[in-house]
Amino acid sequence: MKRAFAAAAVLVTLAVVSLLIGASDVSWRALFAPEPDERALQVLVISRLPRLFAVMLAGTSLGVAGLIMQMIARNRFVEPTTAGTAESASLGLLTATLLAPGLPVLGKMMVATAFALAGTALFLLVLRRIPLRSALIVPVVGLILGGIIDSATTFFAYRYDLLQTVNAWTTGDFSTVLRGRYELLWVTLGLTCAAYTAADRLTVAGMGETFTTNLGLNYPRIVALGLSIVALVTAMVVVTVGMIPFLGLIVPNLVSMVMGDNARRSIPWVAVSGAAFVLLCDIVGRVVRHPYEIPGGTIAGVIGSVLFLYLLLKRGARAG
Amino acid sequence: MIEAKNVSKRYGETLVVDGVTLSLPVGGITSIIGPNGAGKSTLLSMMSRVMPMSSGNVWVDGLDVTTTPGDTLAKRLAILRQDNHLSARLTVRELVTFGRYPHTQGRPTVQDREHVERAIEHMGLSALADRFLDEMSGGQRQRAFVAMVLCQDTDHVLLDEPLNGLDLKHAVSMMKRLRHAADTLGKSFVLVLHDINFASCYSDHIVAMRDGKVAFQGRPEDIMRPDVLRAIYELDISVQQIEGDWIATHYR
Repeated sequence: MKRAFAAAAVLVTLAVVSLLIGASDVSWRALFAPEPDERALQVLVISRLPRLFAVMLAGTSLGVAGLIMQMIARNRFVEPTTAGTAESASLGLLTATLLAPGLPVLGKMMVATAFALAGTALFLLVLRRIPLRSALIVPVVGLILGGIIDSATTFFAYRYDLLQTVNAWTTGDFSTVLRGRYELLWVTLGLTCAAYTAADRLTVAGMGETFTTNLGLNYPRIVALGLSIVALVTAMVVVTVGMIPFLGLIVPNLVSMVMGDNARRSIPWVAVSGAAFVLLCDIVGRVVRHPYEIPGGTIAGVIGSVLFLYLLLKRGARAG
Repeated sequence: MIEAKNVSKRYGETLVVDGVTLSLPVGGITSIIGPNGAGKSTLLSMMSRVMPMSSGNVWVDGLDVTTTPGDTLAKRLAILRQDNHLSARLTVRELVTFGRYPHTQGRPTVQDREHVERAIEHMGLSALADRFLDEMSGGQRQRAFVAMVLCQDTDHVLLDEPLNGLDLKHAVSMMKRLRHAADTLGKSFVLVLHDINFASCYSDHIVAMRDGKVAFQGRPEDIMRPDVLRAIYELDISVQQIEGDWIATHYR
């Protein structure tokens, strides 16, 4: 209980900081004066609040997506960017952009979801075929697969002069979030709740196919449910704000070290920690070169890769 | 009652289990023994529907395991295989609580919690109930898995090498507990065992397999005979009766 209060306090503090910093002046005084500053209020409602929501939704859903991936692949080092999921979503989005430029965002997102689903299924299929299943080989396979898919994306993006657009999908950046341009992300909140409802089943699936069958559950069905959530979340994040690397890897791992892997207990913590992590990265990105910005995804990549190395050395040794 | 009819498992050209027809008695402990590669574990996995059969049928209490819904079977039959490599970090209590899943669908009642505590105590893990499995020894983990399967509270319990990784003390106490559960709760256990003396001392019925087939079956005194053991293991084994038990000496 104490821990929950502390976490809530940290998250609220970060959220308030996030609302108050930025190139345009939005202060308590301007907002709560007897005669509120019209412009400050507008900045808050049109830019700052949507940005805060987008950051928290992306962090929450990507953290939970990482957790689901790790349970399904039964490997600690798997997440949407180390399993070909994010790269496939980008390829799907590019395909939709090239072949059906008139498609609304929702339609493009569904194409990206289908690609993400197919890419992740391919990853799991490849894993089944590999005889030597050392814990560390698994993410390497995912990175190679992602690299191959990504090269196809880059090739076509280069040919059709879309490299900049693709770059926006692969680098999480919240500076362009405005009211009316991020609302799709709210769907991820529903997906996070769906994951929480299925928490017990996901934990059982994480114990393996035999355990799952023994307990009377349908293993393929749980895997399909989990993968659908992961693919949908990834596609939505890629379409709206761009991918945030390592998040789905480090947040669930840090939570697991403290709380264990019972999803019923860990999903809320992964959700809150994921939101706090991205919020922190976004704030750092906005402060270090004020009034200019470094994308939050880049900051997350820097912090995340260091933490990833730490986890690899600490947990990888045990995982063999 | 578990009945198998013409059950086979084929990997490419090799027949691992070759047309086994078997009907296991209700109640008590049945042990499956035999040399490596005889098909014991494969047969156990197929009887418990965690591995598909190449051909044949298995019925548990008259229910065909390939067509009966998984959740129905999960209330009648529980299986623990060998090599339970768990990457998830769960505490002993969390793991054992999942054994109740077929009955609770994730919402354990007070009675379920009592079941869980009893199973943990039964396996001598009360002091370790809140420890994470990855912080325990192999033998302690094995006991936690058995506790989970017992907590499932099914009429049939199938255990593949339950003594794996247990020291002498815990191996004996595990067998005593299974015997006790069979005698007082009327459960039927099917165990794959490597130690024929444990099989001899604790079983009501022994099934001996060789080359994917059932070579012999019967009461311990029918199996624990030099000529039968020679045919199963290709080894000269002398058998002595010590304090009422048939003990094989095969160390020299």
